[in-house]
Amino acid sequence: MFEIVGKKELTHLVWQIEIKAPRIAKKRKAGQFVLLRMNEQGERIPLTIVNSDDEAGTITVIVQEVGKSTSILGGMKVGSSILDVVGPLGMPTHIENYGTVVCVGGGIGTAVTYPIGAALKEAGCKVISIVGSRSKDLLILEDEMRGVSDELHITTDDGSSGHHGFVTDVLGEFIKEGLKIDLVIAVGPIPMMRAVSEVTRPSAINTMVSLNPIMVDGTGMCGACRVTIGGENKFVCVDGPEFDGHLVDFEELVMRNRSYFKEEKMAVEEYTYHEGTRCYDKKGDD
Amino acid sequence: MDPKEIRERMKIPRQPMGEQPPEERVKNFYEVPLGYTPEQAIEEARRCIQCKNPICVGGCPVGIDIPWFIRLIAEGKFVEAARKLKETNGLPAVCGRVCPQEDQCEKVCIIAKKGESVSIGRLEKFAADYEREHGEVTIPVMPNATGKSVAIVGSGPASLAAAGDLIKMGHKVTVFEALHKAGGVLVYGIPEFRLPKKIVDAEVDYLERMGVKIEYNAVVGKLDTIDELLNEGFDAVFVGSGAGLPYFMGLPGENLIGVYSANEFLTRLNLMRAYEFPEYDTPVLNGDNVVVIGGGNTAMDAARTAIRLCPDEVSIVYRRSREELPARVEEVHHAEEEGVNFRLLNNPVRFIGDKEGRLRAVECVKMELGEPDDSGRRRPVVIEGSEFELPCDVAVISIGNGANPLIPQTTPDLKLNKWGNVIVDEETGRANKKGVFAGGDIVRGGSTVILAMGDGRKAAASIDEYLKTGKW
Ligand SMILES: Cc1cc2nc3c(=O)[nH]c(=O)nc-3n(C[C@H](O)[C@H](O)[C@H](O)COP(=O)(O)OP(=O)(O)OC[C@H]3O[C@@H](n4cnc5c(N)ncnc54)[C@H](O)[C@@H]3O)c2cc1C
Ligand code: SF4
Ligand code: FES
Repeated sequence: MFEIVGKKELTHLVWQIEIKAPRIAKKRKAGQFVLLRMNEQGERIPLTIVNSDDEAGTITVIVQEVGKSTSILGGMKVGSSILDVVGPLGMPTHIENYGTVVCVGGGIGTAVTYPIGAALKEAGCKVISIVGSRSKDLLILEDEMRGVSDELHITTDDGSSGHHGFVTDVLGEFIKEGLKIDLVIAVGPIPMMRAVSEVTRPSAINTMVSLNPIMVDGTGMCGACRVTIGGENKFVCVDGPEFDGHLVDFEELVMRNRSYFKEEKMAVEEYTYHEGTRCYDKKGDD
Repeated sequence: MDPKEIRERMKIPRQPMGEQPPEERVKNFYEVPLGYTPEQAIEEARRCIQCKNPICVGGCPVGIDIPWFIRLIAEGKFVEAARKLKETNGLPAVCGRVCPQEDQCEKVCIIAKKGESVSIGRLEKFAADYEREHGEVTIPVMPNATGKSVAIVGSGPASLAAAGDLIKMGHKVTVFEALHKAGGVLVYGIPEFRLPKKIVDAEVDYLERMGVKIEYNAVVGKLDTIDELLNEGFDAVFVGSGAGLPYFMGLPGENLIGVYSANEFLTRLNLMRAYEFPEYDTPVLNGDNVVVIGGGNTAMDAARTAIRLCPDEVSIVYRRSREELPARVEEVHHAEEEGVNFRLLNNPVRFIGDKEGRLRAVECVKMELGEPDDSGRRRPVVIEGSEFELPCDVAVISIGNGANPLIPQTTPDLKLNKWGNVIVDEETGRANKKGVFAGGDIVRGGSTVILAMGDGRKAAASIDEYLKTGKW
């Protein structure tokens, strides 16, 4: 059992959750993730480890309520426990002093960009961050990102904060201006990661993206998480989650992530129907 | 035994085992064979003529004293029979169900020369079930602690066997399992209707009661590596991490929605209980037409699991003929009874999807058998122009597994063969690294439960020796 020791709502239905998991906290490196199973009936869902505190023995994850399992997690109170947490899984981000790195975070993907940006900053890189979301109130980790960046740029689709437009506008501008970029790290919705990869492709700027396929075991045993990278089948849970954005078959990933579209909808309907009072539970957590 | 008695005994017909009828069992996940009654077990046990030189024992990979335990059953001493079994085989309730006895002990049983062999497997299952169901499982008296401790990676049959022996030798044993449940393939792969999970749970519980510590959600290599385990107080490590890396075929369309590896399909259904969706949260696609590719036991398990989800049709596509099917005859028979359609001498060439990327058909070619290949089996050759489309919305690829790469990746100095299996000394189970032993599928590639257990026991004996002498 893994106790929830802290919880904070970052924006509507997006929670930052601190979990007691000393062994994972001790080993975890930037870029790695955990699989969680909330209860005996639960499925195993992957979430990136945003932060860890070796001394307190805790790890931090950020979850957006999009389906049944994420809603259950979002509804859990401080002091309650998650049945299973396994990790740290996946390959850590390769951290070194690359020179100038542009860290792009889109929506909740910023939760993944942040620890990577922090590690790169510590390794001596010049970190330029671009954080985007649909509107100002959906921005997360703005202060944290500012803290690890030499430059922070905000973009919103509706213009309510920072640049009115997309992260790729800002990135494209840098490239046009001739800024020497040694590496771009982009994490966010798949269309955003794909767009970033297209912007950097003509000038062949190294571009890493972090993928989020459906997973079951997380140890390379099932192949649910397979993606095509440069024509080859790779398992994201053991070979990833980070891959060269110029080689990823994004279209296939989008398609595969819709595998259980119907089933997920059904699960959510069942859940909200049976647990109609869940909104009350959530009061008092924040 | 006098000749008259032998003649009498050889007249007893083989006792049939009751089974759920096919039309019933395809609607549930309960165990298919019902098991012997005590009367049937005694009658069947009396068919054994108690050979002086029992060749069946030589057919058993772990050398169970078969005539002895069978004699105890014939005398009605069921609990004693179970304890006799457990002297050599820690998991008789499991092996009685999943061992390919027809290729092992029962194949060589002397009675088989004249008729049907003694049902050794069914008797093994009977004795073990009897002991468990009558609450007769007792914890042995434990020896004094040796002060040595052993880490075991994985909790499949190889690891469970090693853990059972090591704890009884007085060592401290900690099992690290990546998943949230112990048993390896026994819990995530082999379906409930062939091996009820409560049986595996009872075995694991027994080990824990003897003092084995099991750490779940513990991926060795990602938490502590083998080197760290050795540096942090473990005196030896046994690696039983299994062959959990599914092979795909590299065919076009293999990543379409609805194409599964057998491991994924079975894990969703067994470990995660997708057949109880939405009460359980893990879904699985409920196909109308399911195609399972391959002809081994895993393929039979996948097909028989699929048919319990009420599709219109389940087919096995296999590129050779019936004679070459690697699955147990009994499993093929069960699958056929349940209505699985065998499309033999067919081979898939590509998967075809609809606009949304959902599988709608698999294109196959017909094959014929040509000249024998290196393995002595006749090589299947494609019949030109025989392409056809087999409509399906779920396909399960069941063509085998490679070695799980997690341990090798994080233990760079562990010596592997070209398939990624750990190389060990056959006699002792020792790897090339001091204090490290291995066994089961991580060494053998896909193998059997009993061979994995045999490896675990052998390794336990040499770990004990190493811990006593310190000699490597
Ligand atoms: C569907 C199916 C049906 C089968 N049917 C039969 C049958 O009827 N009869 C028969 O004899 N054999 C059968 N087999 C084969 C048999 O199950 C295997 O040979 C046997 O289970 C191998 O045992 P093992 O202990 O080596 O490993 P496994 O059973 O594979 O267990 C390995 C365990 O190690 C864990 N692990 C892996 N890496 C790590 C790590 N780094 N840290 C921690 N834990 C880790 C895994 O999660 C797993 O639980 C079948 C196999 C399959 C897939
Ligand atoms: S070979 Fe057959 S008859 Fe002889 S001891 Fe073994 S089981 Fe009994
Ligand atoms: S999640 Fe099963 S192999 Fe990656």
